Amino acid sequence: MTVWLAIGLTAAGCYLVKLLGLSVPAEMLEKPLVRRLAVLLPVALLAALTALQTFGGGTGELTVDARAVGLAAAAVALLLRAPFLLVIAVAVVGTAAARAFGG
Amino acid sequence: MPTAPRRGPRAATDPRHPPFATDGAPPAEPARSEARRTAVRDGLGVGVAVGLSGFAFGVTAAGAGLSVLQACALSLLVFTGASQFALVGALAAGGNPFTAAAGAFFLGARNAFYGLRLAGLLRLRGGVRPLAAHWVIDETSAVALAQADPRAARTGFAVTGVTLYVLWNLTTLLGALGAGALGDPRAWGLDAAGPAVFLALLAPMLDGVRERATAMLAVLLAVACVPFLPAGVPVLAAAAAAPLVLLVSGFRARRAGAATAEQEGPEPESPEAGSGSRGEAGR
Repeated sequence: MTVWLAIGLTAAGCYLVKLLGLSVPAEMLEKPLVRRLAVLLPVALLAALTALQTFGGGTGELTVDARAVGLAAAAVALLLRAPFLLVIAVAVVGTAAARAFGG
Repeated sequence: MPTAPRRGPRAATDPRHPPFATDGAPPAEPARSEARRTAVRDGLGVGVAVGLSGFAFGVTAAGAGLSVLQACALSLLVFTGASQFALVGALAAGGNPFTAAAGAFFLGARNAFYGLRLAGLLRLRGGVRPLAAHWVIDETSAVALAQADPRAARTGFAVTGVTLYVLWNLTTLLGALGAGALGDPRAWGLDAAGPAVFLALLAPMLDGVRERATAMLAVLLAVACVPFLPAGVPVLAAAAAAPLVLLVSGFRARRAGAATAEQEGPEPESPEAGSGSRGEAGR
């Protein structure tokens, strides 16, 4: 039930924020400070999520395991300007390979 | 970006007609139909590539303990990939539904700013806007904003939206259904798909000093908070990196004077009328 609650809240919140952007007069959100924050907020969240889901272990723990290998490979793919899907594939295959050949 | 798109001959179309079904009108001139073809090609390319990664989401959701129905509900109703992965990750880590939803929501808040840019370009009528809003995400915005004229932008938005929505939901279903047959998703490395999606979305944003500083600070904050805060909360704490970096860069710019602020400060793509060359110091 808590899962459905989380799904409902996320769906409602994410939809309303999309609609807000299309509906609100541009001047209201086009303030320089708001714009800068809007650029940096996803950067902060995505960076934190990448780190947490790469190194996150059980509750309150950090570990370095095969995922780190896969993500490092994905980072190289990104530097080589690989397309989106290939980057994900490289991370998945790299992680699976690291797990198969050594844990 | 054109602020006042021309109203073409198509302005006369039925207002209830979806903006994305622009096929009715004959191509006016070669340049325009060429622009439309480019938009279709861009839209299909992005839509197919990203749409297929819904498979990874389906598997990840199932691995996190969500039912097939719950995974599909997320893709149908939330339809913004990073938020979906974030929510599922937070729930899997044992986060409570409110912090999990908050993290996903803050991540989805960037779509409001895409909508802001798209509103003037797509010129959606009242009845269509609530439907089109659901498709205002990274991919549709990137394709629409990259097109040569407003008509091509509408086409690009529509093609990306429909391709991505159909494929993302289909592959989510397949991934969630197939997760059982795969056995342990970790053995296939599929637990790396979520963070890889975040990294792939993040990489093109790291084009400035301020962006890189924010990313590094966010990682440090998140990692430092993990032992002390319940699951899902470290991500929210890391969001503080954004205002902190703005604050520091504001201070530094003020101390160094307008000349330095000019160099490190303003985003090249935003000619902010009014704040002009004063950049940071203007705040």
